[in-house]
Amino acid sequence: MTSVVPPAPSRSNSIYQMANPERFDRLAQGVIPWIGGIAALLAVTGLYLGLFVSPEDYQQGATVRIMYVHVPAAWMALFCYTTMTISSVAGFVWKHPLADVAAKVTAPIGATFTLLALITGSLWGKPMWGTWWAWDARLTSVLVLFFMYLGYIALWQAIDDKARAARLGAIVCVAGFVNIPIIKFSVDWWNSLHQPASVIRADGPSMPGSMLTPLLVMGLAYSALYVWLLLIAMRGEIADRRLERLTKDEPGNAKVSGLRKL
Amino acid sequence: MFLAILRRDLLLSIRGGGGMFQSLIFFALAILTFSLALGPDLALLAKVAAPILWAAAMLSTLLSLDRIFQADAEDGSLDIDWQATDLPVLLVAAKAVSHWLTTGLPLIAATPVLALLLNLPAEGLVPLLLSLACGTPALSLIGTFAAAVTLPLRRANILMSVLTAPLFTPVLIFGVSAAESGGHDGSRFLSSILFLSAFSLLSMVSLPFASVWAIKSNLD
Repeated sequence: MTSVVPPAPSRSNSIYQMANPERFDRLAQGVIPWIGGIAALLAVTGLYLGLFVSPEDYQQGATVRIMYVHVPAAWMALFCYTTMTISSVAGFVWKHPLADVAAKVTAPIGATFTLLALITGSLWGKPMWGTWWAWDARLTSVLVLFFMYLGYIALWQAIDDKARAARLGAIVCVAGFVNIPIIKFSVDWWNSLHQPASVIRADGPSMPGSMLTPLLVMGLAYSALYVWLLLIAMRGEIADRRLERLTKDEPGNAKVSGLRKL
Repeated sequence: MFLAILRRDLLLSIRGGGGMFQSLIFFALAILTFSLALGPDLALLAKVAAPILWAAAMLSTLLSLDRIFQADAEDGSLDIDWQATDLPVLLVAAKAVSHWLTTGLPLIAATPVLALLLNLPAEGLVPLLLSLACGTPALSLIGTFAAAVTLPLRRANILMSVLTAPLFTPVLIFGVSAAESGGHDGSRFLSSILFLSAFSLLSMVSLPFASVWAIKSNLD
């Protein structure tokens, strides 16, 4: 989406203000260090609470502490896909130029969170279940989710025209979003036929506050980390597009006008 | 319009170079590969026959996707058809139906013979055919959607498989479940078949429209 939607000066607080990439860029520049700081502070607090303060599980021992990095990653894996879908729809319907950018740069972040969830889950699974990987319904659906991220990223990489890639990506993203519950349901079904769901209890024992607090703090830390990475990546993408625009323009004074466009 | 495109595509696939036979040959080859890899243990083969047939059907569908729109896009007839039609969704539907008739239907027709090679128990054949009949339309529709998305890209096979795999997952799971349970577990068979049909019908009403959007984005 390379055309600039004219900002609406009369509605000073509307989201159309953010449609001006330069204004977004300035705002993001100011906010990024703060959010990064908040993320770091939350992560340090959460890790301290999780690794030193919280009690060991009477069954799982110290390995239960993997939970504090694993569960928030899994939350973020789903959250990022949801964000991607919402941004895609916003980009598709309202042609908001930054929505496409947000959807695009969320994909690698979400894929990383998904991979992190898979890896930490695997590390947790080895001492707990005695195996790195089980074809459990949850694991399988998260793996499929990971491939959905990869497909979306591959689509963006394969198509040169950014506006077209954004539209196609939006369609694929929404189709995948509709498909997520179906996949979840089908692998639940599939798994319950082949092996009894004894490895993971869907509703674990209710968690004491001493464990819930660090978990929630870590969840907030991951969210702040996501916002931080998102803003940085969006700035990068905007700068990238501007650069592309500049290098495509004719040499001479067209370069100056190119600076004003996204 | 619908029938004209359908007729043209069917004639093309039967007379011109046989895209139809390509996917059939691939289907047979995939099954041969699985059998060779697993060894000549007949009891084992009987147990895994239905899953192998389903996986092979999925793979050969995947392999045939690039011919749905590719040839038409290359010789320009897709552009002409696209401008000529008032209801582009019918064009896409015709493409999906002709893909199913030239890929899904031949696979189902070939399944009894190949099932024999895999030592599938006789009572398992009818459930397997039913599950394929209910599931392969969804595969064709999903494939048409993926082909529409990757329309301008050459050699998009890997991308196409990454895009289709998550959508194929439920079909494969319920297809195999129906095929395996037929004959001895009536309620599980019925619910799998029903879910498979529901997924096919859902694809039928949603994916052609999504494909139209995708093609529209690609032809602009």
